Amino acid sequence: MPDQLLYAMEAGLNGLMAGVMYALVALGFVLIFKASGIFNYAQGVLALFAALTLVGLQDGQVPFAHLINAVFGTDLHSFGWTLPAVVAIALAAGVMVLLAVVIEKLVLQHLVNQAPIILFMATIGMAYFLEGLGDLMWGADIKKLDIGLPQGINETIDTLTYNAFGYGFFIDNLDIVATVVAAVLVISLTLFSQYTKYGRALRAVADDHQAALSVGISLRFIWVLVWSIAGIVALVAGIMWGSKSGVQFSLSLIALKALPVLMLGGFTSIPGAIVGGLIIGMGEKLFEFWIGPMIGGATENWFAYVLALVFLVFRPQGLFGEKIIERV
Amino acid sequence: MNVANPEGYTTPDGRRIGGVLMEMKNITLRFGGVNAITNISFDIRDGEIRAIIGPNGAGKSSMLNVISGFYVPQEGEVWFKGYKRGPMKPYQVARLGIARTFQNIALFDGMSVLDNIMTGRLTMMKSGLLGQAIWWGGAQREETENREKVEKIIDFLEIQNIRKTPVGRLPYGLKKRVELARALAAEPKLLLLDEPMAGMNVEEKEDMSRFILDVNDEFGTTIALIEHDMGVVMDLSDRVVVMDYGKKIGDGTPDEVRNNQDVIDAYLGVSHD
Ligand SMILES: Nc1ncnc2c1ncn2[C@@H]1O[C@H](COP(=O)(O)OP(=O)(O)OP(=O)(O)O)[C@@H](O)[C@H]1O
Ligand SMILES: [Mg+2]
Repeated sequence: MPDQLLYAMEAGLNGLMAGVMYALVALGFVLIFKASGIFNYAQGVLALFAALTLVGLQDGQVPFAHLINAVFGTDLHSFGWTLPAVVAIALAAGVMVLLAVVIEKLVLQHLVNQAPIILFMATIGMAYFLEGLGDLMWGADIKKLDIGLPQGINETIDTLTYNAFGYGFFIDNLDIVATVVAAVLVISLTLFSQYTKYGRALRAVADDHQAALSVGISLRFIWVLVWSIAGIVALVAGIMWGSKSGVQFSLSLIALKALPVLMLGGFTSIPGAIVGGLIIGMGEKLFEFWIGPMIGGATENWFAYVLALVFLVFRPQGLFGEKIIERV
Repeated sequence: MNVANPEGYTTPDGRRIGGVLMEMKNITLRFGGVNAITNISFDIRDGEIRAIIGPNGAGKSSMLNVISGFYVPQEGEVWFKGYKRGPMKPYQVARLGIARTFQNIALFDGMSVLDNIMTGRLTMMKSGLLGQAIWWGGAQREETENREKVEKIIDFLEIQNIRKTPVGRLPYGLKKRVELARALAAEPKLLLLDEPMAGMNVEEKEDMSRFILDVNDEFGTTIALIEHDMGVVMDLSDRVVVMDYGKKIGDGTPDEVRNNQDVIDAYLGVSHD
């Protein structure tokens, strides 16, 4: 096989796995948008906040240490323990559920029946608030997230591909783990929504609020439920991205990459979010590989948006979204 | 037959009607300057089929919405099963055993007929979130039991052949039937039907009338229904409330109402001055 093709295959595979990460973030958006029609600008910050909380809990950091020290003149930093990763993850998930309850109580509940743009603005406010809260609780420094996931080149794939093509592919173990975790997450979410009564209630609310009320579904409970699920999805995304490149503010910007994914996949389709993520991930790596060198590189910064834009022109409802036919 | 007897009464066709199940006392509902309902009182008795009729915009749907908690009246009291009901959200009313259908059909278009009807049983299912999420035995058994109940309703309403069809693809008449099925799935004490036969052809209307009578007869469900077709109203209902411009202008058996001069005037469009 020609070298060029092999390199491209490697780039494509890596792109697919980066796409999984995009899909994870997009998934959080879709869940909330489907159930409530809210475009949750804070989804990226949610991932950042979740990752910060996880690291803080795991390392036994004292929350709000800076604030407490400043006010009381103490010198607190750490509880002096290190929690096992599983425990820390479970606790962080608990914090995300708690956060969902608080968001519903303090924000959403008061904005029922408001126009989508108002709700969107509220989530912008939430994003900045959460960002500040994360800083205040856990400090603004870049943190290392290590829950013991395997990292580095996967030797098996390297050897296999070397024996087959005479060229070993570099595939990161972390990406493989992320792919498996994302797959498990999506499958469990699908099973939950298809085969449990809460899943059915969730779909009912997503379909028609009025009808959902009439069969005894409490919308407030459903909001808490979806925001909890979105928070846990954000935690998973935060873990994967954080393990890869540390927990820092830029993590919240991955949300921006989810936007083209959503345009491609449609805002209401879970399969759309996944396929959209994969297309964008693979597309930008392959484009960078083939076209990038001709036009000076760094195409990954904009490729996704241009692809999404082209897509919008031809299929505004997204890959899996239903065609919108205006009634006249 | 003495319809005013607090103990209830026996209908001409021999059905036993019990005491008061639901009582609306001096209900007034306003939207801005519009009085949708003005100081209306009436009751619904246990086991009864109670019709609410009146010209367009009379406030019939508004009344149903007050009963089901979608609208909150500015004045008046709602009594159910002998207790005064505090302000309630629609989902809380549903959990009291009051199910409804909508004038403009509110179904879950993206879900199958079966799933739509299953949502009707949400109030009956007790297992918790965690059990559901992890799919423990109890949750599964509950799902199976509810599924069996739903299948009975599907048979009852003769919609076996469309069980798996997404509701959005069904013709209008069948949608109305699925909406009734979903309401029945909750095994309601009181069933509210907002124009269950609107837009149906004669044959569909006959089917629907038969279903309503059977529901009342076989399950003992109390029914309040809004309907424009006078023939249907006269055939089905035990007692009728007549509304016009938000006011109650008649209340009694179909015969009484039919001979009431105010009602005749309202339907003939005699001017209000
Ligand atoms: N949500 C609402 N907001 C504002 N006005 C409303 C609302 N719902 C009903 N109304 C008004 O209340 C009045 C009664 O309406 P309602 O829908 O109860 O009438 P109806 O008897 O059901 O009529 P129809 O036979 O046409 O269904 C109308 O003037 C209507 O415009
Ligand atoms: Mg109406």
